[in-house]
Amino acid sequence: MNVVPYKKYCCVTCDLIYDEEIGFPEEGIAPGTRFEDIPDDWTCPECSASKSDFFLVE
Amino acid sequence: MTKNPNVVEVAASAPVSDQDSAWIKSKRYWYLTSIALPAIPLVSAFFAVQTGYGLLLWFMVAVMYAILPFIDYLAGIDRANPSDELVEELQSSRYYVYVMYGATAMHWASLVGMAYVVSQFDFSWFSILGGALSAGIANGVALVAGHEMGHKVNDKGQVLCAKLVLACSGYGHFFIEHNKGHHKDVATPEDPASSKFGETIYKFVRREIPGAFRRAWELETARLHRLGKSEWSLSNEIIQPALVTVAAYTLMLAYFGPIMIPFLMIAAAFGWWQLTCANYVEHYGLLRLKDKNGRYERCQPKHSWNSNHKASNLVLLHLQRHSDHHAHPTRPYQVLRDFPEVPALPSGYPWMFFVSMFPSAWFSLMNPKVVSWAEGDMNKVNIDPDMRDEVFKRYHNPKAAA
Repeated sequence: MNVVPYKKYCCVTCDLIYDEEIGFPEEGIAPGTRFEDIPDDWTCPECSASKSDFFLVE
Repeated sequence: MTKNPNVVEVAASAPVSDQDSAWIKSKRYWYLTSIALPAIPLVSAFFAVQTGYGLLLWFMVAVMYAILPFIDYLAGIDRANPSDELVEELQSSRYYVYVMYGATAMHWASLVGMAYVVSQFDFSWFSILGGALSAGIANGVALVAGHEMGHKVNDKGQVLCAKLVLACSGYGHFFIEHNKGHHKDVATPEDPASSKFGETIYKFVRREIPGAFRRAWELETARLHRLGKSEWSLSNEIIQPALVTVAAYTLMLAYFGPIMIPFLMIAAAFGWWQLTCANYVEHYGLLRLKDKNGRYERCQPKHSWNSNHKASNLVLLHLQRHSDHHAHPTRPYQVLRDFPEVPALPSGYPWMFFVSMFPSAWFSLMNPKVVSWAEGDMNKVNIDPDMRDEVFKRYHNPKAAA
């Protein structure tokens, strides 16, 4: 059973929120995908900033 | 999974010579030019007072459009990229941030110093105009420092200094508009800060200045509403730097007299104009295509014009390594990298800014480069709608390039 709560990450440049619970289905990232499981070469769908430019918000 | 070819990572893994690493480390001293550059109007004003030779107040204008381009030409190209280890080392050093704080202080000292000199000494209107334009160039350079620090959203000290240095020319809304607006919409027709093929800079500026302000205000209003606050509050990050500008300008008007009205207006407007030139040059004609979902493709290295000219990169915080900047907006200036196969400007920003003010020269220099970038397919170019038919008739020839 998964006990780790879902987290949200924010793009430092454009404020886009990545919510692990929702994922990015249109990007091929299924709901429930942990942020660390997203490939490192994935970039912000809004402003194209790198994955490392996201910070944990909750 | 959507994968994006990220050329930046490929370039970063290339071997780095000891010589390159030594050069990159030595740049720490060259970055002090970010403090020295805004000091130039101050020093020239000092000598103007000492010698009584008012034309010296024009000196910064000459630095921007003649001396810097000449040094840029002589100094040539800098392809050196830091290794991953060096990136870590340079990124963790606070020295580079302190240089930015020093630049912030110098920009205000320079503006106030020039204001003092033009108001308290007896110079001709022409010399004072030169002083205002020189202060304007410095204000433009201040926007480069504000841009650098304004991206470091999670560093309170840098955000504060970004607001302060942008306030020199009353352009405090820039870091909101730039981060959340320009970085999102770059190289699309919707972006007021990306210029279009066939659009002169004089047409562009009328779209850019109001469009950028409107976008900043909308973004900041939306943010404050999310927090349950009114946009008309001191939490508004556009109002905060605006108050700094109003307070400083009012004080200068009170102490230095009515000459401050034209002086500060010209200095601010010419500062804004430098930013307009930068926005005009950085993405001219480049277009991100829409994917089948109607969404614009990710901004890639090919969507920015770059320049690797050594001298202008050192004084402008490597802003000209613009593709890496868009791929990694928070990457600090000292580790921005060059990589191959990106659209390249024929010279550094100072000379390109000068050329951009002469539309026919600009078009004859840059239009062929955009056409070749798009391989003759003008459907892949961000074109001024008013020029579309003319541009297609003249340039559209995808077969020839293929």
